[in-house]
Amino acid sequence: MTSELITPEVVAAHNLTSIEYERIKQLLGREPTFVELGIFSVMWSEHCSYKSSKVHLRRLPTRNERVVVPPGENAGVVDVGDGWCAAFKVESHNHPSFIEPFQGAATGVGGILRDIFTMGARPVASMNSLRFGSLDHPQTGRRNRALLAGVVAGIAHYGNAFGVATVGGEVMFDDAYALNPLVNAFALGLVRHDQIFFGRASGVGNPVLYVGAKTGRDGIHGATMASAEFDDEALEKRPTVQVGDPFLEKLLLEACLEAMRSGAVAGIQDMGAAGLTSSSCEMAARAGTGIELDLTLVPQREQAMTAYEIMLSESQERMLIVAHKGRERQVVDIFKNWDLDAVVIGRVTDTGHVQVMHHEGTVADIPVNFLTDEAPVYERPMKSKTESGRQKDEDVAVGGGVDLISPAPPSAPVLESLARETDNEQQTTDNGQIDHNDALLQLLVAPNVASKEWVYRQYDHMVRTNTAVLPGADAAIVRIKETRRALAMCLDGNGRYCAADPRAGARLVVAEAARNVVCVGARPLAITNCLNFASPERPEVMWAFSETVDGMAEACRAFDTPVVSGNVSFYNETEGRGILPTPVIGMVGLVEDVRRVIQPGFKQEGDLIALLGTTNDDLSISEYAATVLGRTTEEMIERGRVPVLELQLEKAVQEVCLRGTEAGLLRSAHDCADGGLAVALAESCFSSLNRPAIGAGIELNGALAPPVQLFSESPSRIVVSFATEARAQLEEIAAELNCPFVVIGRVGDTSLRIAINGTLVIARDLNEIETVWRSALGQRLQTEALAAAAE
Amino acid sequence: MKFGVIVFPGSNCDHDAYHVISKHVGQPVSFIWHKETDLSGYDAIIIPGGFSYGDYLRAGALARFSPVMSSVREFAARGGFVLGICNGFQILCEAGLLPGALIRNRNLHFVCAHINVLVETTDTPFTNELTRGAVLRLPIAHAEGNYTCDDATLAELQREDRIVFRYCDDAGHITDKANPNGARDSIAGICNRARNVIGLMPHPERACEDLLGSSDGRGIFHSLTATLVHAQER
Amino acid sequence: MKAKVYVTLKAGVLDPQGKAIQHSVELLGYGGIADIRQGKYFEIALDDSIDQEHARAAAERMAREVLANPIIEDYRVEVEA
Repeated sequence: MTSELITPEVVAAHNLTSIEYERIKQLLGREPTFVELGIFSVMWSEHCSYKSSKVHLRRLPTRNERVVVPPGENAGVVDVGDGWCAAFKVESHNHPSFIEPFQGAATGVGGILRDIFTMGARPVASMNSLRFGSLDHPQTGRRNRALLAGVVAGIAHYGNAFGVATVGGEVMFDDAYALNPLVNAFALGLVRHDQIFFGRASGVGNPVLYVGAKTGRDGIHGATMASAEFDDEALEKRPTVQVGDPFLEKLLLEACLEAMRSGAVAGIQDMGAAGLTSSSCEMAARAGTGIELDLTLVPQREQAMTAYEIMLSESQERMLIVAHKGRERQVVDIFKNWDLDAVVIGRVTDTGHVQVMHHEGTVADIPVNFLTDEAPVYERPMKSKTESGRQKDEDVAVGGGVDLISPAPPSAPVLESLARETDNEQQTTDNGQIDHNDALLQLLVAPNVASKEWVYRQYDHMVRTNTAVLPGADAAIVRIKETRRALAMCLDGNGRYCAADPRAGARLVVAEAARNVVCVGARPLAITNCLNFASPERPEVMWAFSETVDGMAEACRAFDTPVVSGNVSFYNETEGRGILPTPVIGMVGLVEDVRRVIQPGFKQEGDLIALLGTTNDDLSISEYAATVLGRTTEEMIERGRVPVLELQLEKAVQEVCLRGTEAGLLRSAHDCADGGLAVALAESCFSSLNRPAIGAGIELNGALAPPVQLFSESPSRIVVSFATEARAQLEEIAAELNCPFVVIGRVGDTSLRIAINGTLVIARDLNEIETVWRSALGQRLQTEALAAAAE
Repeated sequence: MKFGVIVFPGSNCDHDAYHVISKHVGQPVSFIWHKETDLSGYDAIIIPGGFSYGDYLRAGALARFSPVMSSVREFAARGGFVLGICNGFQILCEAGLLPGALIRNRNLHFVCAHINVLVETTDTPFTNELTRGAVLRLPIAHAEGNYTCDDATLAELQREDRIVFRYCDDAGHITDKANPNGARDSIAGICNRARNVIGLMPHPERACEDLLGSSDGRGIFHSLTATLVHAQER
Repeated sequence: MKAKVYVTLKAGVLDPQGKAIQHSVELLGYGGIADIRQGKYFEIALDDSIDQEHARAAAERMAREVLANPIIEDYRVEVEA
């Protein structure tokens, strides 16, 4: 046994509390060895144990008739028909990406891809949800731009070389993320129903093989780092950031899939966070077996590595495989053909223990359940926003009783005050009218609204020739070659809504994600989630987490989209300042016939344009409030009101869009999101592949103030276009489903013209606004991008 | 007729090429692992896109040392048809089967987009079914597609009508703006002196179905198939 | 025995990475920079049994055949005992 002395400082350095350490001693009935301490520290870290989130996550719906593998494995799996299944998951790589954006993001992509192919699925698509501080901030703007450029370059580096199509995602900016950028990576793979693999160390006596890259000292304590707050010392932690090798991962993918096909593999697990430790322990735990490892056999890249280092290394591109007894030679040969190491380093036992041997003898011997079932579970204290907030409102129920479904009437004062301020703050035209033309332009060049072409053009989004809807639409579509089917996918989050009202915010995010896949003609299937939060030790954060889970659960039940996989990322805070609560949803939808997909762009001169859904006064937390009125995030969160989501209406809007698409009636569909209706209309006019830009003439009516009509971000709205002859049928479908359906204009000409109650309020030449919308992001990033690319 | 798609460690458009040949061209096709050396029985070899050996030294630099490459050299010398796409073009240049080199894109970024190329010559087995001056819409996806060569080589390529494709705008005009990577003379693809080896940066195999945004790549595969049929008939 | 190989782009071959690096350096306030060209550097550890002359020959050959592309790159070899 190793002889390092375990002092309270050593325990603290492992991010274990003294109570947790006492518990370890109590469980073992002795002092742990140094290696054992390391194993406990990673297995009991927030990242591996979900100790703060577990009690809440149980409330999420995780099953329906399509779910084949619910949460608990490397990725969730759903049945998509014709014998095919989709394995998918989203995972955070926030902390590593802040410390070293290029490698942090790259290894985030590498990790999520391994999670997919350990299930036996070939990855066919990836996406990323990215959040940074403002690009234009006087102090932090430069760093934020460099982070974005570095992260995008890292994602491109890994995904492009690996050969997975990076088909979309989201990129958002808010100063709340200046010191804690979010990098959430999603991947989806396809696998035949009967060829799914699991991370289980089954079959006592079966050999355990180490495959892939050699082990080095990189990333030691990455898993515990991922669960620790940033501080000024974070940058000094740089050496622990792992370096990814997409080339090696591509070989690993092919070798693993070949080994799986050979029938020699009993179980397989990625060595991700906490490397050999978590992979071996989790595989044994899932199978209810034990595992015995001889570390002297582990392929090593560096000299004189200790048992502690080998067990905790987070070197990338490695897997643990349990082979069927007697077939290890076959596995080794397959890997050898791909020039990869595959070495038997242990065997499955019936002891229920993880036993680790090194030169000096047994260095760890721990019952597996101490590391998993016996890991601490915390019901951390919670404090609602109203309790901890500045104003005490006794009428509002706390912690779960608030009824957010019943719509509150739009508050007139909010609207009036907004309109007043609009008058004051905005440029006015000669005749005293608010210049909505100018507001539209400001929104189109705002980084949150501007085209993300600068980002996705750096990603190979077409490799493997499956991408039927390219990046830039509401969701991407990837066809399943052997069938007529296709999968739609998107990533969505909204930190501002979730900060103002986490439960309502989470519901809105799920609804938007569902709407996005509906807008390309897909029926929502299931979700994966990445829950990005600040420290769970702060009661208001924990309350927001709990509310988020409840809001998400409610919306997922309403759409029948269970949560099949996901990841919790806590401690996203620096110097005591936390991020906004940011649940990110990865929604996957199914298209029965890929020839029936639709996209946002208007197609045909003379087509009618209609709005599904209703516009309300939802400007108080909006891109308009931020960009045009100059509201800070804090002001919006404190004074703003989160839009009311009526689930019935949302479902009706989605169903009309789907039926209209399936019946071939709709020519285009586009979600109204950031920037509201006016931005959605402009985006529908802009050109896309094989489709020139085409204008639109719009007539809006009603009592709502012009900025509300144009820029309000009310949910449950879709802009659709269709041939005049389809109108009656669509109106019939809408009436049947009780969905508001208003024809608002006609496609044609080369400008976007919007009139409200007979007065023309927007008239913009498309060429001009499309150019600025397309180039806005790239122009901001020129310098940093060059520096990142030169790396 | 039989097509072979070479698979290097790190090739990742191998399946795409295979799919197009088997599904859309409708001809027999096999993968050829880079350690194999027997190319007898093949009529055309495709060196697909990807990141062979991670492109770690220079794009395509290490693949040329794979055992299969000396066989490809012999295959080409015997008049066999060789089509190098993207990384395949880079490998052919590194291996000396095509002149020049492909260096980092002018703007340094990986660029993935649909672009246009002008068919500059129909006097190759890969373009003889196309029309000279026609504009093809094809995807590109590369970081090192900036074709470069010395003046003498460029003059030779021009004199011998060996520039097969050049980047152009929608209307077929060669402009600097339509050049996505800074390639010399807007060169997107060239052939060897014997005209049986071609390399191009755009991906025709990604452009064989309207569903994916373009089917303009079909003409290249149709030309090759027609050439092979013709050769067999003779 | 250690051989060092420096690979640089030939004069006249466009070096977009060098240009970008120059641009960044200038943004940081460094003036008077006429040009920056970037390249690759290789350290090759050779068996001690190999003498200096053979080491140089081996490194030269590696540089010529693998490490550099003579169409666009030059190389320089140094050998250290």
